[in-house]
Amino acid sequence: MGILNMNFKKTKSSFEYNKTLALAGNPNVGKSTVFNSLTGLKQHTGNWPGKTVSSAEGVFSFGKNSYLLVDTPGTYSLMAQSIDEEVARNFICFGKNDAVIIVCDATCLQRNLNLALQILEAGKRAVICLNLMDEADRKRIKINVKALSGMLKIPVIPTTAKDKKSLIPLMKAIENISDNSIETIISYPAEIETLIKEISNILPDKLCTKHPKRWISLKLLENNSSLLKELKNSLETADEQNLLAEAILKTELILKNHEITYESVNDTVTKQILLTAEEIAEKSISYDEKKYCERDRKTDKVLCSRKFGYPIMLLLLSLVFYITIWGANYPSTALSTFLFKIQVLLEKAFVFLHAPDWLSGILIHGMYRTLSWVVSVMLPPMAIFFPIFTLLEDSGYLPRIAYCLDNSFKKCCACGKQALTMCMGFGCNAAGVIGCRIITSPRERLLAIITNSFVPCNGRFPALISLITIFLASVSAGFFSVPLSAIILTGFIFLSVVMTFAATKILSKTLLKGTPSSFTLELPPYRKPQIGSVIVRSIFDRTWFVLKRSALVAAPAGIFLWVLANIRLGDLTILKYITLYFEPLGKMMGLDGVILTAFILGLPANEIVLPIAVMSYTSQGVLSPITSLTEMYNLLVSNGWTVLTALNFILFSIFHWPCSTTLITIKKETGSFKWTAISAILPTFFGIFLCIISKIVFTFFL
Amino acid sequence: MNTLNQLFPGESAHVTKILLNGSMRRRLLDLGLCSGTYVECISESPSGNPKAYNIRGAVIAIRLEDSKKILIS
Repeated sequence: MGILNMNFKKTKSSFEYNKTLALAGNPNVGKSTVFNSLTGLKQHTGNWPGKTVSSAEGVFSFGKNSYLLVDTPGTYSLMAQSIDEEVARNFICFGKNDAVIIVCDATCLQRNLNLALQILEAGKRAVICLNLMDEADRKRIKINVKALSGMLKIPVIPTTAKDKKSLIPLMKAIENISDNSIETIISYPAEIETLIKEISNILPDKLCTKHPKRWISLKLLENNSSLLKELKNSLETADEQNLLAEAILKTELILKNHEITYESVNDTVTKQILLTAEEIAEKSISYDEKKYCERDRKTDKVLCSRKFGYPIMLLLLSLVFYITIWGANYPSTALSTFLFKIQVLLEKAFVFLHAPDWLSGILIHGMYRTLSWVVSVMLPPMAIFFPIFTLLEDSGYLPRIAYCLDNSFKKCCACGKQALTMCMGFGCNAAGVIGCRIITSPRERLLAIITNSFVPCNGRFPALISLITIFLASVSAGFFSVPLSAIILTGFIFLSVVMTFAATKILSKTLLKGTPSSFTLELPPYRKPQIGSVIVRSIFDRTWFVLKRSALVAAPAGIFLWVLANIRLGDLTILKYITLYFEPLGKMMGLDGVILTAFILGLPANEIVLPIAVMSYTSQGVLSPITSLTEMYNLLVSNGWTVLTALNFILFSIFHWPCSTTLITIKKETGSFKWTAISAILPTFFGIFLCIISKIVFTFFL
Repeated sequence: MNTLNQLFPGESAHVTKILLNGSMRRRLLDLGLCSGTYVECISESPSGNPKAYNIRGAVIAIRLEDSKKILIS
């Protein structure tokens, strides 16, 4: 599943299974595709207990068995450093699983074998799922599966995970899996083998019931404290745990005797695993096309070049916006006309049933109208933007953005991966905040989380697009220029990116001081995204998501608003009191009280802000339906809107507090009220500041 | 002493020693970079930093500050 499509679907199911499988592999090898192909909808996503690392479990049946498939975070090695890798290592080595499916990228086998060899060394029952065979074929890489299987002594099944049929041999291999009886899969240099032998001699058999003695000796040599803790917890009696503590001390002594440090042992061990992987790879892979990765290299030469890199990024961004705006036009108009026809029918029905005014008011003018507004104006752009972004992500282009922008982020004492989380924020800020888990340094992760809301999410785009179109890009009355809108929108997004840098820099000089951490980024090969299935799956996903959210948020908000607008306390409605209260602040910012109220009431979901504003205006005057942008323009202008108002609305929409879902997510991810509060205050501060500046510029110079 | 950052796109060399410690060293080892590894510089980003290298079949971007501490021959 792509990073943008973090579905929070929690299927309440009681999974029944009799065997458990762990799914392991490097990042970017298509593990998710294998997982999805095997489990389909019968999956449950969430977090690993006690950790902010996402997990996925699913069930499927094959033959006589029912399997629980547990996806683990992508990891390069079992010698874990980050939380992700620890979680993966702990489940693979110590978790309840009957076998491990090791997913390898056939186009990058050597590096993938590093993990595979370590898993085999741990004595696990495993099969290799040699994935992305279609890519390997395309690059004319030939793998001698039989030889590979012979050297690793386990089944190796070539697959192309998106083609479910290719997974059948994999499942057959799992069905018939036998114990891992390999004594020594990796032979270390003499001095290490001596150490292993000495340690094995002092290791009591009681400690080696679940794992091979050789492996435990190696882990004692690795001296990774979190692994040793897990090992200790996996032992059942206190007696055994004491034996382990003894063994640890004895290992220390042995190393002292030989005058070797843990570090140098680890270096040698790691190097040997890599060399073994290299050897096996050389014996089983042949390249028909020496320059098989030439096309990728050439593409990168252009996309990341000094001359074209940045312009191409801007261009792609504008293109994405252009397609969104243009593509959403027709469905939007069609939907709003259709939904208005239904509204008329509803009104007639209510009259026919002699329903009281307030009831038809609440249900039709409150709930239904807001709902239909959200669906017709907000849904089409969101349903188009997401698939396009997913395609971009699937194609492998996004890491290139991080690659090109890393230097700028480093200057703000942040991490280049923040570019990626920023991109995720374009889809949904809450998803962007969760995506910040890819940043390992806590300080840099906080920077990315707090500044994520500086880029407008999908929910804000429709309002931005509408207002840009009618106030800023209108070439002549009635003609709205789509390319111009796209360009102006790109301009605003560029501004929000610049502000992200500014905010990051400010934070890193004040509240979050520190030095940039270590950074490596893998640039995966370009892959052709499965355009058809991505678009279909994404459109349905997004549409369903938006519809659900409208029902949960927009409908009640519409009712709430109608109530506020129709209950009088003395002379004025409650709504009027509220909007009058915010009028001074609003005017100072070049907005008005209604707009500010709309932003406040729009806390649950950004897409209802403009509808609430429109509803507030119409409830205080003309009740004409808004079925076209022209009508919206007329309504807004007749309520005092000028170009400045629209401009400042856009600015404040981009720079204001995050929606409630994002705030809740920030609290969950950071565990702190302080940072959540700062995440709300900082963008708002920027917003107010920018609005005031723009008002000053407008009033005095234009 | 030659260091990795001195490689330009298209040039390659063998790594002799990694002078980094801690998590960065670990990360590089995990990615397959150790003494003896054959590395090819693939590209540099528009600002010149970081640069991308082919390490055992995968393309990895490494910053100048870190590649300065990787000795090559």
